[in-house]
Amino acid sequence: MADIKSIYAGIPHIDEISQHGVFEGSKGKRMGTFAERSASQNKIVDSLEEAVRRTGLKDGMTVSFHHHFRNGDNVVNLVVGKLAEMGFRNLTLAASSLTSVHAPLIEHVKNGVITHIETSGLRGELAEQISRGLMDFPVVFRSHGGRGAAIESGDLHIDVAFLGAPSCDPYGNANGYSREEDQSISCGSLGYARPDAKYADKVVVLTNNLVKFPNSPYAIPSSNVDYVVITDNIGDPKGIMSGATRFTTNPKELLIAKTAADVIRASGYLYDGFSMQMGSGGASLATARYIRQMMIEERLQCRFALGGITGQIVSMHEEGLIDRILDVQSFDLDAAESLKKNRFHQQIDACYYASYLHESAVNQLDFVVLSALEIDTAFNINVLTGSDGVIRGAIGGHPDTADGASLSVVVAPLTRGRIPSIVQTVNTIVTPGSTVDVVVTDQGVAVHPDRPDVEVKLRDAGIPLCAIQELKERAEAIVGKPDPIRYKEKIVGVVLYRNNTVIDVVRQIEEDQ
Amino acid sequence: MFVPGNNPGMIKDAGIYGADSIMFDLEDSVAITEKDAARFLVFQALKTLHFGKKEIVVRINDLSSGLGIQDLEAIVRAGVHVVRLPKTDSAEDVVFCEKEIERIEKEAGIPLGTTGMMAAIESANGVLNAKEIAHASGRLIGIALGAEDYVTDLKTTRSDGVELLFARCMILNAARSAGIDALDTVYSDVNNEQGFIEEATLIKKLGFDGKSVINPRQIDPLHKVFMPSEKDLEKSRAIMAAIAEANAKGSGVASLNGKMIDKPVVIRAQRMLDLAEISPIVEGEEV
Amino acid sequence: MKLMKTGTAGTMESNDIMVTLEPKETGGVQIALSSSVMQQFGRQIEAVIRQTLTELGIAHASVDAVDKGALDCTVRARVRTAAYRAADQQNYDWGAM
Repeated sequence: MADIKSIYAGIPHIDEISQHGVFEGSKGKRMGTFAERSASQNKIVDSLEEAVRRTGLKDGMTVSFHHHFRNGDNVVNLVVGKLAEMGFRNLTLAASSLTSVHAPLIEHVKNGVITHIETSGLRGELAEQISRGLMDFPVVFRSHGGRGAAIESGDLHIDVAFLGAPSCDPYGNANGYSREEDQSISCGSLGYARPDAKYADKVVVLTNNLVKFPNSPYAIPSSNVDYVVITDNIGDPKGIMSGATRFTTNPKELLIAKTAADVIRASGYLYDGFSMQMGSGGASLATARYIRQMMIEERLQCRFALGGITGQIVSMHEEGLIDRILDVQSFDLDAAESLKKNRFHQQIDACYYASYLHESAVNQLDFVVLSALEIDTAFNINVLTGSDGVIRGAIGGHPDTADGASLSVVVAPLTRGRIPSIVQTVNTIVTPGSTVDVVVTDQGVAVHPDRPDVEVKLRDAGIPLCAIQELKERAEAIVGKPDPIRYKEKIVGVVLYRNNTVIDVVRQIEEDQ
Repeated sequence: MFVPGNNPGMIKDAGIYGADSIMFDLEDSVAITEKDAARFLVFQALKTLHFGKKEIVVRINDLSSGLGIQDLEAIVRAGVHVVRLPKTDSAEDVVFCEKEIERIEKEAGIPLGTTGMMAAIESANGVLNAKEIAHASGRLIGIALGAEDYVTDLKTTRSDGVELLFARCMILNAARSAGIDALDTVYSDVNNEQGFIEEATLIKKLGFDGKSVINPRQIDPLHKVFMPSEKDLEKSRAIMAAIAEANAKGSGVASLNGKMIDKPVVIRAQRMLDLAEISPIVEGEEV
Repeated sequence: MKLMKTGTAGTMESNDIMVTLEPKETGGVQIALSSSVMQQFGRQIEAVIRQTLTELGIAHASVDAVDKGALDCTVRARVRTAAYRAADQQNYDWGAM
């Protein structure tokens, strides 16, 4: 030992091997038990306020949140309420998505606490007010993959992430459920929180369920977490999860779903070992049911199902039709329960799911079934703004999966009430038409002109096809020609494509009533 | 397919489900206080909306109720293809309705005979008079069984179908005697697809031409029951080819595989091929 | 056609419109319309209501309409039904419609 000091300088290339000098003794054994240590020396902070103080949050910084608690979320309102109380201003709120429960943010925007919002979607009163010009700085809308990529690349730098977790240990190993003891709240996957945990400068986990170290399995490792705050109030289980997603009996949705399944089979992408993603809308779920029937009849196996996962996918996994599930977000209790108990139901993060910066899972998709609010004659899709121009939706993984999948099938009723779904020009382009392959409505199927291969196969299978222009005219013949929506000049939202280039803007709506 | 006459949403979508015939109902599905509203709505819908090549039927109210005449005034003028007359007990009911239709066609300047008729038989009397009813008017395209009122009249309830056997056979034979279609009653338990398929299979075996449905979900299963199998179709095609060949040769006698082809065989083969044209082509067994 | 009393027709279901007509002596046709598709179709719905009333020879009336996405043919049917009810009239002139 004594010798090492004398030979240290003589070690060849020592400057390139270590900059830390010579070993000078360890810092001493800890004598207590692990149980004692986790009770006293841990990351638990007494209050949210104290945690905020320790993060070093300053005015003008960026705070982030995930949306796995959906309409039951209380973390955003709780934390932003506290930040307002503590006097912070000019903050950027970067959530993976926002819903109608986040209406209290309106006050915080008015008071200057929040001046910038980044999200995948907006709904409810907050969305209405933003569409009416609430904010000076436009809301930045990104897809789930686009957000993941922006966090990875540093485009979206997060100063402090506040992440709600239904289970967490004293060191911050956090998860969307617990294999030990669920405290009534379970959200399944925490896929959209994981990039935040990994890349944010400081990470605070808020949990209602402190479990013993190690919380296994975890979605977020303790190495990514700085502080843990215990609060009963992270969310309302009723809003976080609905029970099993009900199978639709709506004849129109069934008709669309049957046609979509026929299209997929005819296109050649339903083969032994295929991969798929299904949305959670009524028609998408029903499509999964028809696909299931075809798989049983033709003895086909699905290698993996991706995305937001529903009980429908889970039951196909459990009956042996789907080998693997890659779950970035669990849509219902059955999905959350399956993540907990099925070993081949794998939790993934937003970047693994859909970031364009690497070969993400969406690139391995054979087909995806997506819904749409509006589809235009160039196949562009809008899932963000309603027919009245008001923001009332979320981009989600729409552009990511449409781009990644070999066959993207967009399903929509030709008309909803008096509103046509197929229009000349969509209000807002979220997914570019060049990534949309087939549009399926209750009154006709249209194939993108860039996919003659698919068109030939569908024709050979006897599926009647029409031009997208015909669908638009058919819709207009039924409901009439709508007056164009009147917008003001002011831009209230900027829509980024999955590679974070600007694809469209949302303007303030004009009202005279 | 029955479509309630006072429901604008259902009327709007009536054409998309593949029903061969759409039947807007002004009778049982419309509350007595809304008869006028439904009549206006169906009238406007017939005049404005397009339902493709579907046959458009309207079930009017009982002519004895006074509502029925108003229904006829509206829908004949709106250009309905077929009027469905409910609760037909006798040939006189058909004749009375036909006279009214004729009067309205004249008043409205519609070519006489444009409007077809279908008579629904819903009582013991009607069943016993089925033959006379079926022969009562050249406008009749078919007669149909309305089972709900009929079983009440019989003092029974609907069960496995045995209670309807006599009526079905009477109606079927009356229709065939008059050379018109025989149409079966509705199956009300929409969620029991198996029961529906069993009943549809039964009435197809009896010889019915079709069946009324009350929900779009019943259309696909019904078409599958009525769809001839590929084997039957092949045989029918072979029969028709043999006939064509015999005709080309100027021979009056055609034979297939050494067997002479009788006229009824030809008629059945042609009917089979016609049916395949109407029914969607179905592969496999999925339901 | 002369309106005698208040007449209502239609429902609050989607794809329908609830129309209430009230007789007026003067002042033309006053329409209070609310619609789930106001921005896109409000103007057209109002035009159809006016046109239908004109066809019926009604020059003065106050109209309250709550629309849930009704097609033009439904608007026309509901206005006519409400008008006949308000006029307490059952001798429909189908030929003129």
